[in-house]
Amino acid sequence: MKNDVNGVALGVFLFFFLAVTVVGFMAARWRRADNALHLDEWGLGGRSFGTWVTWFLLGGDLYTAYTFVAVPAAIYGAGAAGFFAVPYTIITYPLVFLFLPRLWSVSHRHGYVTSSDFIRGRFGSKSLSVAVALTGILATMPYIALQLVGIQAVLDVMGVGGSDSTNWFVKDLPLMIAFAVLAAYTYSSGLRAPALIAFVKDALIYLVIAVAIIYIPYKLGGFDHIFSKASAAYSVKNPATGLPRGSLVTGPKAQWAYATLAMGSAMALFLYPHSVTAVLSGKSRDTIRRNTTILPLYSLMLGLLALLGFMALADGVGKGIKGYNAQLAIPQLFENIFPSWFAGVAFAAIGIGALVPAAIMSIAAANLFTRNIYKDLFKPDATPAQETRVSKLASLVVKVGALVFVLTMDKTVAINFQLLGGIWILQTVPAIVGGLFTRWFHRWALLAGWAAGMAYGTWKAYEQTSPTQAHFGGNSDMIPWIGEKGYIGLTAFVLNAGVAVVLTLVLNAVKAPAGVDETSATDYVVESGDSTTAGAPVPRPGDEPGVSPGVPEPA
Amino acid sequence: MTATPPDTAPPVITPSRVIAALCLVAPFVALLWVSSYARLTPRFIGIPFFYWYQMAWVPVAAALTYTAYALVRREERARKGGAAQ
Repeated sequence: MKNDVNGVALGVFLFFFLAVTVVGFMAARWRRADNALHLDEWGLGGRSFGTWVTWFLLGGDLYTAYTFVAVPAAIYGAGAAGFFAVPYTIITYPLVFLFLPRLWSVSHRHGYVTSSDFIRGRFGSKSLSVAVALTGILATMPYIALQLVGIQAVLDVMGVGGSDSTNWFVKDLPLMIAFAVLAAYTYSSGLRAPALIAFVKDALIYLVIAVAIIYIPYKLGGFDHIFSKASAAYSVKNPATGLPRGSLVTGPKAQWAYATLAMGSAMALFLYPHSVTAVLSGKSRDTIRRNTTILPLYSLMLGLLALLGFMALADGVGKGIKGYNAQLAIPQLFENIFPSWFAGVAFAAIGIGALVPAAIMSIAAANLFTRNIYKDLFKPDATPAQETRVSKLASLVVKVGALVFVLTMDKTVAINFQLLGGIWILQTVPAIVGGLFTRWFHRWALLAGWAAGMAYGTWKAYEQTSPTQAHFGGNSDMIPWIGEKGYIGLTAFVLNAGVAVVLTLVLNAVKAPAGVDETSATDYVVESGDSTTAGAPVPRPGDEPGVSPGVPEPA
Repeated sequence: MTATPPDTAPPVITPSRVIAALCLVAPFVALLWVSSYARLTPRFIGIPFFYWYQMAWVPVAAALTYTAYALVRREERARKGGAAQ
């Protein structure tokens, strides 16, 4: 394809990149509290964000650059099957409405920073909380790596670095610089940096989508023409398998997979550590509930974005190129159709769209490591200042790890791990969501269910083959007893929940010791500043006044 | 229902909670029942039914969630005797 550098587009891209870098460093001073050394400050933005900041933060967090590149790429590749992202992001919000306000309340009451903190408090089980923390860290790392893939796609199309350079250092230098800058301002500003940058990111994304969805169909001769060309492209048979490339509607055999994938992904979305971090940074229970009614605006945007996949097909992007990288389809479409300067804006939107979630994910993973591995297992008497220091360092380690991951391994490895990550996160549902509503489950039963779900999901995902991959070739498999293809993660979840229920009955019958539950029923409905319960959280000894504190930890 | 002692805890199942629950369940039924919308026609400005129907559910589901939120919040305030906020 075109390998010469697109100067105008690159200039616009660099302008926005520099602008958000400045914003990122200045964010440290935004709404700064008296005690910047408390982990609540660096890792949760002081638990102070109102409805709109939370909306931008969650939107910037969940709808990542990878989503922007991968969802239209999936449509481009196979058609209807890729559209499951839309029902998935619709049905996730009723679920969120039901359980996340409870998580917010109990975390507010007890000063929890991560979902594993809650598990430890609810079930009195360190092994269960460590299992949930490790699941979260493992699932997040490849997700960060995939954000880099998003930036790489944009840099490739602009002709900077990319796969054609022979020297690996020159090839990867732009990516390394981008990531070094990101690491630096995340380290200094914490969650406030992505929260502020999310404003820029979302404004750019909405602008680009609004223009693209009107301008591109106009240039390509209307939706009728776009879909008829796409339909023709899907009916071309793959010489290797003899099957058509894709279809405009899901066939009868693909409907179970479509529905289970939407359902399973919807259940997992808000248990990812970066979602929990953004939710807990909200300043009130109502902030979270209100957000479930305004976040769907992003789903609408995602649906429009998905349609770009058809437009790329109609435009003939990648036509006739053997083994064309579908991830490049959308950036390439922008470059083909938009004038250079606006292509630069679009690329900046995707690039910055990668920085926001990457920052939040690394903070979330760092919080999990600090609270549930470093503090719980190695240094129970860590002070809040020590926690913050460890968390900051851990965020650097996580990012360097992701960078090494992308630079040294094949891209498909990151994609495989992200597929596994979704399956894994789903296995924390019985413990977290179950725990939010009932104390009935036994901690050992939940741990056994988690192990069973993890093992089954990983094994089945490993077994899947595709024409290009011997393993991890897909995320659907036959569902036992139903005989239809369905999402592996959801099947594993059903197994997980089944094991947890049966073992709980057994363990309760033999009176196995249940852990100490430090929460009470009213903790789950507390609103900030609520005086009807035991009152405001008690400051920890050693805390300075003026900081929103947690409840005393057993030292 | 008979187990609820008089003059203590208000009933767990109330009309507004039932309506809120229905609002929250509706998108699941509509969107997970894939065969109900897996077809090409009727088209809307050239977009096949499959795509515009699912996208139309975004504002519908948001409105339903908002209804559930408004109902639940109103009931919570009533239970607190209108004291909170």
